[in-house]
Formats: sequence, structure tokens, C-alpha cells
Amino acid sequence: MLLNDTRYRSITFQAIALILLVAAIWYLMSNLFANLEEQGLNISYSFLGATAGYDINQTLIPYSSQSTNLRAAFVGVLNTLLVAVLACFMATIFGVIAGVLRLSNNWLVRKLMAVYVEIFRNIPVLIWILIIYFIMTAAMPAPNAFRGDEPAASMILGSFAFTNRGVYIPSPVLEPGWMIVLATFVASIIGIVAYRRYSTKLLYDTGRLLPRFWPSVAIFFIPTLLVFFLMGRPISLDYPALAGFNFRGGLQIGAPLIALWFALSIYTGAFIAENVRAGIQAVSRGQGEAAAALGLRPGRIMNLVVLPQALRVIIPPLISQYLNITKNSSLAILVGYADITATLGGITLNQTGRAIECVLLLMLFYLTISLIISLILNVYNSAVRLRER
Amino acid sequence: MSDTHAESVAFVRETAIPPALPPATVSGPVKWMRDNLFPTWANGLLTVAALYIIYLILSSSLPWLLGGIWNAESLAQCREILQGNSAACFAVLSERWNQLLFGFKYPPELYWRPTLAFVLLFIAAAPVLFFDLPRKLLIFTGIYPFLAYWLIWGGTILTPLIALLGVVVGYLVFNRFVKGSFAAGMFGGVAAALVVWILGGMVFSGADLLSLRSVSSRDLGGFMLNMMLGITCVSLSVPIGIALALGRQSNLPIVKYICVVFIEFIRGVPLITLLFVASVMLSYFFPPERTVDLFLRVVIMITMFSSAYIAEVIRGGLAALPKGQYEAADSLGLDYPQAMRLIILPQALKISIPGIVNIAVGLFKDTTLVSVITLFDIVGMIRGPILASTDWNGVYWELFMFASVLFFIVCYSISQYSQWLERRLATDHR
Repeated sequence: MLLNDTRYRSITFQAIALILLVAAIWYLMSNLFANLEEQGLNISYSFLGATAGYDINQTLIPYSSQSTNLRAAFVGVLNTLLVAVLACFMATIFGVIAGVLRLSNNWLVRKLMAVYVEIFRNIPVLIWILIIYFIMTAAMPAPNAFRGDEPAASMILGSFAFTNRGVYIPSPVLEPGWMIVLATFVASIIGIVAYRRYSTKLLYDTGRLLPRFWPSVAIFFIPTLLVFFLMGRPISLDYPALAGFNFRGGLQIGAPLIALWFALSIYTGAFIAENVRAGIQAVSRGQGEAAAALGLRPGRIMNLVVLPQALRVIIPPLISQYLNITKNSSLAILVGYADITATLGGITLNQTGRAIECVLLLMLFYLTISLIISLILNVYNSAVRLRER
Repeated sequence: MSDTHAESVAFVRETAIPPALPPATVSGPVKWMRDNLFPTWANGLLTVAALYIIYLILSSSLPWLLGGIWNAESLAQCREILQGNSAACFAVLSERWNQLLFGFKYPPELYWRPTLAFVLLFIAAAPVLFFDLPRKLLIFTGIYPFLAYWLIWGGTILTPLIALLGVVVGYLVFNRFVKGSFAAGMFGGVAAALVVWILGGMVFSGADLLSLRSVSSRDLGGFMLNMMLGITCVSLSVPIGIALALGRQSNLPIVKYICVVFIEFIRGVPLITLLFVASVMLSYFFPPERTVDLFLRVVIMITMFSSAYIAEVIRGGLAALPKGQYEAADSLGLDYPQAMRLIILPQALKISIPGIVNIAVGLFKDTTLVSVITLFDIVGMIRGPILASTDWNGVYWELFMFASVLFFIVCYSISQYSQWLERRLATDHR
């Protein structure tokens, strides 16, 4: 029999699997086409070129309700990437701080961080997004609370206003010449890196130790400030100010973005804290002790011995947490932040009724992001793999 | 001998001095505090900062919590009682308690049915979770899904009974033929179960026995819906996940690529897009004359989602086993199904337990996402009927805190159980 003969068994099984798969796909597809025909629908992507007809309150590129659905989807993509990058950045900060403090020798701090991690890990991120959204919209003062001689609310440092319509922060105003200042700044960062490399090389070659900290600070500030004033201060800040019923000027960050950003960061931060803790604990104590026996100072032990080994353990799960943030940012639809799920998968889908096309495009976008991130992960993993003899 | 030195020394102590207590600074609470709270100046500052943060949190939340009002008809009445004081209005919980737990459409006189199912869940889960209990209890675990279905949805008992009968017959046939070949047992079992279901369906269609009032899936809601989705999807996705993981490890290229594409596709998209598929797209793929229940569609998609993740965890467990285990199974002359069932999977699953529990906790939290596709789970209830009602418009904190507490209790106890199980199953002697 084909099943029992080892020569043909694997081919038989694969043939069965293939037949089953083809049959299943054929069944689903025939149902799909029958259903589409019955309802007089077809698969077509021409709706992407049609006028979207709805407004989006927070856009990174010019957009109006006269723009096409494709442009609305593109606005959504940019908004997704914006909140994902912001949240990745902040979650890393939260996570590293909490993870390191969980290993502190201070009992109280250790327990406090354990409580933070357990509370945030065990409650759905959806609830956190909603809670923070309601804090931002219901518990924050309205703009007219800032009015009058004895206002109920006041701006922090005179430049940040937390209102129920979002947070207003100063925005940079760019005048001709700002490019030169920015270029100088970038050049001085490159200069710092080059200087530190040179000093390391000099140390290894000749044993001469150059000062590193103060020259770095000097390179960081002096050229940029010099160019800034020489060019006649081309970059200035526009402060938000109360005008009429609302704030004018500055940059408005809507409550949905803040809620999503903050909730994703603090939720994922709890997971990253656990990764960081596990990574540091994965470095065996002997490594630190051996380094101490060689006479290294505690800071050097951390930088040269423990961290390089811990990072090898920390970074892969960290990258998959970034992927999780990107996927969880699709919850934006709950608080009305116009990300790709809310524009393409929400309003466009409902207005055009093109469910299959919209959901497929949506999946394609997230699949692309996830494949890119796993590609980065694979490259990193092969770069840091232990090279065994 | 004792008086040898009697003349040379004036005084000899004959009893030992009772041991003195160590100084207060090197023992007891003082030493503990010096070691753990104030070892260095910087660390002491950290302690003070932490204390200040705790004080800030407690001083703002405790009066609010303890001064809470539990008896009121609406938010307006609550504010009247409080007279401008800032305190919680927990009355919303006591007034909407049943809605939060069971949804707003489940018939109130039938609340005992899901409650009973919930209590029986503990009995059914106990023998799976704790190995010391008598194995006979597993029979009840096997019956439980059908019983719970009957209790929650109602209708005649014949439906779950025939389903159970099919499973039992399938299992008996599987047991009979599995000694010959695993494939024969598997296909025979599935075929026997199908025969029983079809025959039973034909014979008993329209018959009525022990009929409970039936409740439609659209009427389920509240925390009950979260629990049902979580438990159903986790228990369905573990076996599917095992199959996918084995498929991905397999050396049959076609089987392998089917599994790889499925797993990577599911893991690459957010759950919410899969739920969109369930709510707007999946009905296109079913026969036109048949409508599939939204609950069932959501269960299918969430199960696919979590089985892909569980497959990855189990693949990690399979990869962590030393190669010698596979070779030892081969050298004993076991075929592939035997080797997997008797040697490889028991060890691989043990390694994967923490990962599987993590996925289960994540999945349980993710069941709140169904509120996006207009199912009224606990978050859907809060956002929809409760916050939209004129009585309770504006009571955010109390409601979300209640939902958080429920989720925290369940998720925290699952993760504590997993840690206990890990210690329990640890066979390495360290």
C-alpha cells in the first residue's frame, strides 16, 4: 500500500495534503464567486482613485476631503508609522528604566517596579488606551479654563498646555538658513563619533589617553550655536497662546495620538522591562567577577563586559516587541486616531463597501511591516551569533 | 581535675556568659533597612523618592476609593449624595452588575445557567491543571464542553449529546486501530465520528428532549463573553498549534510550506484585521444559503490567530530538545507518530508550558478586541450601553477599574499557576 511503503509514503502524504489544500481553496473561492455574483459585486480596486469625501483631523501630509481614497490610506500609513515610532522610542525608555530598577538592591524600588510590571502586563492594552483617552478628554481642562486673571488651569513652563482638545506644544519656525544650522549639527555629531574613535585608536596604538568627555561636549554645542547666531537665529519657537475660544499657534497633538502613544509605551514598557531584566540576569555572575578581578571599574564592567553580552539576549525580544507595538497601534480605531486601520479599514471600507479589497490591502501593509522587521531581526541575529569553535 | 588551678587563680567562671544580643545597628529591622533601603546616599534618595511617589498615589486614590458611593440610581444622584466631594461612584457597578457580567440581552431569569457553567468549569479544569487529582475526573472534563454549550445556549440536549456521542465513538475507533497504524486510527476515528453525527442529525432532527429555553449568540455579552472566547479559543488552538508546529518541522516540503505560510501570515497581521475578516469578509466564503453565527466566525479567527503563536512556541520546544532524543526514538524502532507521542512531545510540551501560558494570557486580554466589531463583551458593554445611557454618562474610572480588576485577577492567577507548574515539572536537580 502507498501509505505503508517507505519509498512512496512521503509522496503520498504530500499528495493528500496538496489535494486537500486545493480542494479547500477551490471550495472557498467558488463560494466567494457565487456570493459576489449573487450580490452583483466584483473585485476591483478602482475605488482607490475615487474621492474619499471625509476629513482626517491629524495628517502629516496635505489632505482634504476632496483627496482620493488612496491618499487617505497613505495618510493612515504615515500616522501608523508615526505613532509606532514614537511608542517604540518611549517604551524602550520606560522598559529599560523599569528593568534595571527591578534588579536594584533597593527593596522598595524593586517592589514598586514589580507592581508596575504586573499591573500593566495583566490588563488589556485596549483598556489602557481607553483609560488614558478618557483622562485626556474628560479630566483635562477645557481651553477656556486658561482664561482670566485667576485661571483654573495654567500652562506648564508657559509653553505647554494640556487641554481636553489635545496638548499644545511650541512648534519650530524655520526661516531661510535653517538647513545650514541643521547640517552643522549633524556634522558635529559625526565629528564627536570620529573624535572618540580616534582617541580609542590612539589609546590602543600608543597608550596615550586623551580626554573624551569635555571635548565631546564642546564639539556638540559650540559649532552649532556659533552658526545659529551667525545666520541670525533662523530657527525660533512659536508658542501656543490663547486666542478666542481655543489655542492658536504652536503644535497641537490630538488626544487620540497622546492616548495611543502613551498607553502603548507604558504597556509595552512593562514587557520590555521583563526582557531587560532577563537579559541582564542571563549574564553569569562569573563574568562580572572576572572583570572585577582584572581591575575594571564598575562602570567599565557594565559597559565592556555585562552589557555586550546582555544585549545579545535583550535585542531579539525587543525587536519583536516593536513589531507588537506596530500591530497594536491598529487599536487606534477605538479612540478615533486616523491610522491605516481607521482610514482604509474603517471609513473607506464602510463608505465604499469594498470589504474584501480593503481588508486585503490592510493585511498586505501589516505583512510588509512585519516581514521588514523580521528581516532586520534575522540580520541582527546572524551578526551577533556566538561563533563557536 | 577541676581544682587544678584553685590556688593560682582567684576566680574561675564556671558557666558561660549568656550570649548578648547583637547591637541594634547590625541586626533586626534597622540592619534590614540599612541594607535594603539606605545602603548608599544615592540609594537612600531613591527610597525617599519612591516613598513620595507611593504617598502621592495613595493620598489621591485612597479617599476617592474609600469614600465611594455604592447605592444610587444615577450619576446625578451620586453627585447629590457626594455634595461636591470627590469620590468614586461605585453605584454604577452595583446597578449594572448583571450587564457587566452577562451582557444586556441575556434573559435575566436564566443567569443561573452561565453561572452554573462557570462553577462547573473549575471542576472540569482541575484535573487538567493539577495532576495529583484522580484521573477519573478527566471524564467530566471531556463532557464539560458539551454540557456548557447546553447550559449557555440552551435548546435540546440532543444536539450536544449527539456531538458527544460522535466524539466518543470516534475515540473508541481511534483506540482500536491506532495500534496498527496512526493514520488508520486517525482517519477511522474521524470517519466514525462523522457517521455518528450525520446519522444522529437525521434520526433526531426535530426531536425534543430536556429542552432549555434557547438563547441566541447575539445575546451573549459582558465578561462571560470574554471568558467563553478565551477558554474556547485557547483549548482549540493548543492541538492545532501542535499540529502546525510538527508540520513546520516536518521534512515533507509541501506540508512544511503550507504550515510556514499559514503561521507567518497570521503572525504578521494584527488580530483586529482578522476580526474584520470575521465580521465583514468571512461570510463571503461560506455557502450563500447558510449564515454562520458571528460568535462562531470570531472563534474561528481567534483560534487561527492563537494557534499560529502557539505553534511558534512549541516549535521552540521541539528545537530545544537534544537531537539524541529523536535518534533514540528511531533506534527503538518507533515510527513517527509513536516517537512524537511517546518521546518527543511530552518533553517538548513541558519546555513550552511558560510560553503557551503567556500566549493564553495574551489571548485572553485580546478577547476585548471583539468590542471593535460590535460584540458586547465587557469593554463593549462599558463603551456602548452603559456610558451611552443618560444615567451613567461620565463614569469612566469606576467602570474601567472594575474591568481592569477582573482581567488582572484572571491573568495574574494564570501566570502564578504557570510558575508553580514550572517548578513542579522541573526534573533537573539544581
